[in-house]
Amino acid sequence: MLVVDKLVKRFGGFTAVNNVSFKVDQGEILGLIGPNGSGKSTIFNMLSGTLAPTAGLIQFEGRQIAGQAPHWIINRGIGRTFQIPRPFRRLSIFDNVALAGYYGQGGHSKTKAFDAAEKALAMVGLPTDREASVDGLGAAGLKKLELAKALATGPRLLLADESLGGLDEHEMDQAAEMLRRIRKELGITIIWVEHIMGVLMRVVDRVMVLDHGEKISEGLPSAVAHDPKVIEVYLGSDAGAVQAATGGGG
Amino acid sequence: MSLSRNQILGGVGILALVLLPFVYHSAYPLHILILILIWSFAYTSWSMMGRFGLVSLGHGGFMGVGAYVTALMWNHLGVSPWIGIPIAMVTAGVLALIVAYPCFRFRITGHYFALVTLALSGIVLQVITATRDWTGGSLGYTPERTKGSGLAALQFTDKETWYLIALAVWVVGLAIWHFVDRSMARYAMEAISEDEDASAAAGVNVTAEKLKITVLSAVMTALAGALYCQYQMFISPDTVSGIAVSLQMVFAVVVGGIYVSLGPTVGAIITILMAEGLRIGFGTKAVGWDNLVYGVLLVVFIIFLPKGILGSLLDLRRKPAAAKPAKAAA
Repeated sequence: MLVVDKLVKRFGGFTAVNNVSFKVDQGEILGLIGPNGSGKSTIFNMLSGTLAPTAGLIQFEGRQIAGQAPHWIINRGIGRTFQIPRPFRRLSIFDNVALAGYYGQGGHSKTKAFDAAEKALAMVGLPTDREASVDGLGAAGLKKLELAKALATGPRLLLADESLGGLDEHEMDQAAEMLRRIRKELGITIIWVEHIMGVLMRVVDRVMVLDHGEKISEGLPSAVAHDPKVIEVYLGSDAGAVQAATGGGG
Repeated sequence: MSLSRNQILGGVGILALVLLPFVYHSAYPLHILILILIWSFAYTSWSMMGRFGLVSLGHGGFMGVGAYVTALMWNHLGVSPWIGIPIAMVTAGVLALIVAYPCFRFRITGHYFALVTLALSGIVLQVITATRDWTGGSLGYTPERTKGSGLAALQFTDKETWYLIALAVWVVGLAIWHFVDRSMARYAMEAISEDEDASAAAGVNVTAEKLKITVLSAVMTALAGALYCQYQMFISPDTVSGIAVSLQMVFAVVVGGIYVSLGPTVGAIITILMAEGLRIGFGTKAVGWDNLVYGVLLVVFIIFLPKGILGSLLDLRRKPAAAKPAKAAA
């Protein structure tokens, strides 16, 4: 579904992403992990069009999308969330999602957009009434809104950027369950960038690990968690806990 | 479909305004009303983009294009304003595209956008002054009086006709405001004014949406300029173009209320009555005083009444109503 080939992004003399290639298959959940500054968000921003790659190809459903404008990419079926939720506070919760439902799907039909908004809000568990204000939402609610906005654009591939930061353990489990349901019920393929390893490892089919802009490991969660390179640069003292999570849960 | 109270009030109000000149013939008040309507339309046009944080200080330029293109085509080429006005509007639209596209494409927003558009005001004024052989320069310009039919030349001697034309255009301006207000474009523009990246991630073509509203606003403003020209039969760079006119638009809209449809109209009523009051009360001793008063009031309003007079009044009316359910719940 998505083929990324030798992707490079340089900011001046600094190489944020260096020669990264990977594939995502239809219907899978790929986890993307790595320490701060390893290039995860930069890759996301290139996939969603916010940044243009310095070099490399991005092919989505057979079409080259590298360097295209964000709104064009969204309309081709790739939705994204932001690491820090970015709601439109001047619009109600419903209108936030309806906006995405309208412009994310070509901007043809208001009825279709409102429909998509209702479905997306119901999916993430937010109220579907028209007036409810964004100001009433807490951290978990804002993350849900972010997800609902991305879903309303009708994506076939969802880029979920660190959806769990700032949530408590119960909320994290709920959010992880949500991504699983989105894949199962809506058939959406997901790339999930996350800091919180334990939860991610339980949900994803495959993991890719980045360090200093380079891919250092890729594979099944259980294998990656035991990869010495990964343990060295990223997992450190948490390794035992993550191995237990992947080994026990399956 | 039953009519809401506001629709009935609006209908009665417009009917009363239409009938007014047939009941009340006094020329001077009618003249003031016509000016208020034309400027209200110009201010409404400015607020189309101003309400979304696109603060243009270049609308004096669009108004000048509307007035001068119409008048020049009539005098030099004999083109009827019925054709000249649409051409002037298209010209203003193209000018808006030329100025706004690079701004939006390269993310020139906020103060920087205001500064770029400020330059536009200055440039249009300079061009009018510099081409004085054609435009009369700073002395002003008069469309030639027609001897034949007034309709083809869009020249009428009676104020009643002008009043009805200005009223119709003003109503159309409000209708366009409401049309945009109810469209998805408003959602997009509200979102863009908050966060352009997040809007793009929702699928909004940020540059295209901003261009659409900017061109619409510029084209409407050009119509206001052309109408002003046809009504007054005299234009000068200072009255229909330039930075002073641009600032006057910002001032009137901020005072009246930038987020409500009738805000610019309230702003026009206040500014025009104030200018006339100063002119009649102090005569030539008070030349330029209105600008001073505008300046002081603008500061006062931005600090104390950022939603303008009408916006704040509507808030006051809404608050007691909104407070009730909250009390019941508590």
